[in-house]
Amino acid sequence: MSLDLKLDGRSEDRFGTMAQGLLGTPADRPEGVLKVTGAATYAAENLPENCAFGMLVRAPGQGKVTAVNADEVRAMPGVLAVIRDERMIRNAAQGTANEAPVQGVDHAEYVGQPVAVVVAESFEQARHAAQSLKITTEGSPGPVDPDAVEPEGEPTRTGDLDSAMKDAVHALDLTYTTPSHSSTPMEPHAAIAEWDGDRVSVRASLQMLKYNRNELADCLGISAENVRIQSPFVGGGFGSKLGITAEAVSAAIAARELGRPVRVVQHRRQAFETVTRRSETTQRIRLAADAEGRLSGLGHEALVSNLPGETFAEPVTQASAFAYAGAHRVIGERLARLHRPAAGSVRAPGEAVGVTAFECAMDELAVKTGLDPVELRRRNIPDKDPSSGKPFSSHMLAAALDDGAGRFGWSDRAPEPRSRREGEWWIGSGMAAAFRVNIMMEAEARIDLTPDGAVVETDMTDLGTGTYAILTQIAGEALGLPAESVTVRLGDTDFPPGSGSGGSWGSATTGNAVWLAALDLRRQIAARLDCDEAELTLRDGQATCGNVTRALAEVLGGDDLRGHGHITAGDAFEDVVQSTFGAHFAEVAVSDVTGEVRVRRMLGSFAAGRILNEKTARSQCHGGMTWGIGMALTEELTHDRRDGHMVNRDLAEYHVAVNADVPPLEVHFLEELDPWSGPMQSKGLGELGICGAGAAVLNAVYHACGVRIRDMPATPDKVLAGLE
Amino acid sequence: MQTTLSINGTEHRLDLDTRVTLLDALRDHLGLCGSKKGCDHGQCGACTVLVGGRRINACLTLAVMHDGDEITTVEGLAEGADGGLSPLQRAFITHDGFQCGYCTPGQLCSATGMLGELAEGWPSHASADLDGNYELSQEELSERMSGNICRCSCYPGINAAIRDAAGAEGRK
Ligand code: FES
Ligand code: FES
Repeated sequence: MSLDLKLDGRSEDRFGTMAQGLLGTPADRPEGVLKVTGAATYAAENLPENCAFGMLVRAPGQGKVTAVNADEVRAMPGVLAVIRDERMIRNAAQGTANEAPVQGVDHAEYVGQPVAVVVAESFEQARHAAQSLKITTEGSPGPVDPDAVEPEGEPTRTGDLDSAMKDAVHALDLTYTTPSHSSTPMEPHAAIAEWDGDRVSVRASLQMLKYNRNELADCLGISAENVRIQSPFVGGGFGSKLGITAEAVSAAIAARELGRPVRVVQHRRQAFETVTRRSETTQRIRLAADAEGRLSGLGHEALVSNLPGETFAEPVTQASAFAYAGAHRVIGERLARLHRPAAGSVRAPGEAVGVTAFECAMDELAVKTGLDPVELRRRNIPDKDPSSGKPFSSHMLAAALDDGAGRFGWSDRAPEPRSRREGEWWIGSGMAAAFRVNIMMEAEARIDLTPDGAVVETDMTDLGTGTYAILTQIAGEALGLPAESVTVRLGDTDFPPGSGSGGSWGSATTGNAVWLAALDLRRQIAARLDCDEAELTLRDGQATCGNVTRALAEVLGGDDLRGHGHITAGDAFEDVVQSTFGAHFAEVAVSDVTGEVRVRRMLGSFAAGRILNEKTARSQCHGGMTWGIGMALTEELTHDRRDGHMVNRDLAEYHVAVNADVPPLEVHFLEELDPWSGPMQSKGLGELGICGAGAAVLNAVYHACGVRIRDMPATPDKVLAGLE
Repeated sequence: MQTTLSINGTEHRLDLDTRVTLLDALRDHLGLCGSKKGCDHGQCGACTVLVGGRRINACLTLAVMHDGDEITTVEGLAEGADGGLSPLQRAFITHDGFQCGYCTPGQLCSATGMLGELAEGWPSHASADLDGNYELSQEELSERMSGNICRCSCYPGINAAIRDAAGAEGRK
């Protein structure tokens, strides 16, 4: 039996009436002890008996691939195999692809494509042998410069933006650029594959197992029933582990060929290349406003890139479709087919870079109109979706702006740039709005209820996002059990298929599936007590109906009960526009001598429906805001102009924010329940914090020193050039 | 090559390829997988362990160079015979000093070493002078912990946990 729900309209809030008091509390992560003692097991760990070690080999150029000295390498000490198999994948699959990405090793379409895997008795032997394998490529490289090719796609046009620009009192036509970015989670991509007859088990580091299982099966040419994937702990993903990855496929191929388990871990420098990057973007933004700063039209056109054969185009303008009013609109992306490493989802695909550039442009409009930046945004909040005319499920931007501005002390800010100086440092502050679409997918979960408590199972993953914590809280709240009596098991394709982690949809989608499984159990318990489920109160292992209270164990009477839930998105995600909203505020110091930017403090106010766990939610926002600092100031993947290869593909040269780059961060959540988002009335939060965060920093840089950086990141050389 | 490593108070005799790093010896040869590999190049700090009380990147040193050394890994940080958590480990949980947990063993070992360095009066880039008298200010703490990258970006939680465990709460 299963309780199925398709979300076609508003849902009733059931958690407001539950009695356990667990959901929404800042509960500690239940897996915390495992993580602080080193006992949590990630993909590359706990080697099976007789495990061999594989190392991927990259193509040094584009074109037809030849392995010149494979026989010599096969003869090296400990080497078991040099494998070049047509089933190996060109690059990681896109999120939710559900099928194999482009495969093959004979033709390298980008520099860094995996074209062989060398397997040996030890890691050291495999590494030496892989480095000794000489690969040559021949043929002329495909285009690598976004401006040198004719892009695909056209933006959507509504009304007549050109005329609106001509008629506007204030018109801006600006171009912003962002470089390629890398997710670069701390755990490199890793897999251990082991066959038992025709069945392969892979311990991997992946985000969306139900899709990954089908992708791996398709890569190998076997049926999905013969594939099991386990990822109980994932050392960060941020989009880079959405689709099946090169090491998992090659480990499975090698383990089959050798008849023994094989581990393949991508070196950090390999993962930069083979796993999808965030595309670089060139964004043309046009704003047409009247004397009061009200937008009559807006344009947001982006040029992005990807390899031939990839369907993904960074959806830069996703939020611009609904963010601000303005009747005349040109919005959309063009895609340049390039032979740079493949592009795909990186934390908040679209909004991360799109909202950031657009919010910089809004700041420029505020300066031009002489309006306060907060007030300019407030004036342009649409009352319905300007693109489709649909209503919003809820709209919290004004509330977030007010809350954030109040807490930050925004009203104390002198409007003029270069108003404050401390020694060599210019001090200034800036703000930006945050938008991120709310997405619901499909998920299943089951709960087994015994006298010992509840066990929740789904193949959903926890990338650090807090899945273990919130699913514990949801089940405990609905079943009246303390957290200690709930066990959550994740990351195994033997469990019911969850939504996977990505697009911020994990907690709301899989969480609602867990709620439905719990509701299924509540109905079974109510039936045993001969009462209506709505009348049932479950708390601390006691079931109360009317004036009868009995211990849950007694109600079970020796039986174990199973609940199963299944949720799908329906018209609730068609009839209204669902989004999360927020406001970022930042204070920076800019050195007049070196052009260095230091972020001094940052504050965000966010609305995402019901907050399921205040502690893990806050950490997610800290993460997003910190990525915003990185995007604004340091993160930049550089492609070689001749062959497109990634020049700075490691953590020494690709600069993510470190401890000293991050000031105290303040995060506030606005009270909200969104009935359109499902029974939990909760929306995705994992990506909202990055959307626009970088713009608050860059706008603060302008306010501090008067230098406007439109070519991100704002490295000291660019700032200094502006200061002179 | 024969090597004896003393890890968390227990001696391990190993016969190792001289190319095996201390990190791989721990993870792949001894099954002590708490120490993490993030980059294998000394760029991330995930592999931080204590050797003779000093923090080092275990990926940047060969196991055979540590014959006879006293090594502490995250598995050895828990205190007491019952393996109860140390105040620092407990504080990381309370303050949510991690998300995915992959950088966490390195952060914990690094923070343990860092607090020792601070107490012994080692200066950092953030120190105003060399008098050896340093407090756990935001600047000192952030500077001294910047060799440990957390891509989940739990720095606020990490710093709060370290201050809490160091009893430095409220000091500036
Ligand atoms: S693994 Fe040693 S510093 Fe990254
Ligand atoms: S907790 Fe994920 S990298 Fe630090």
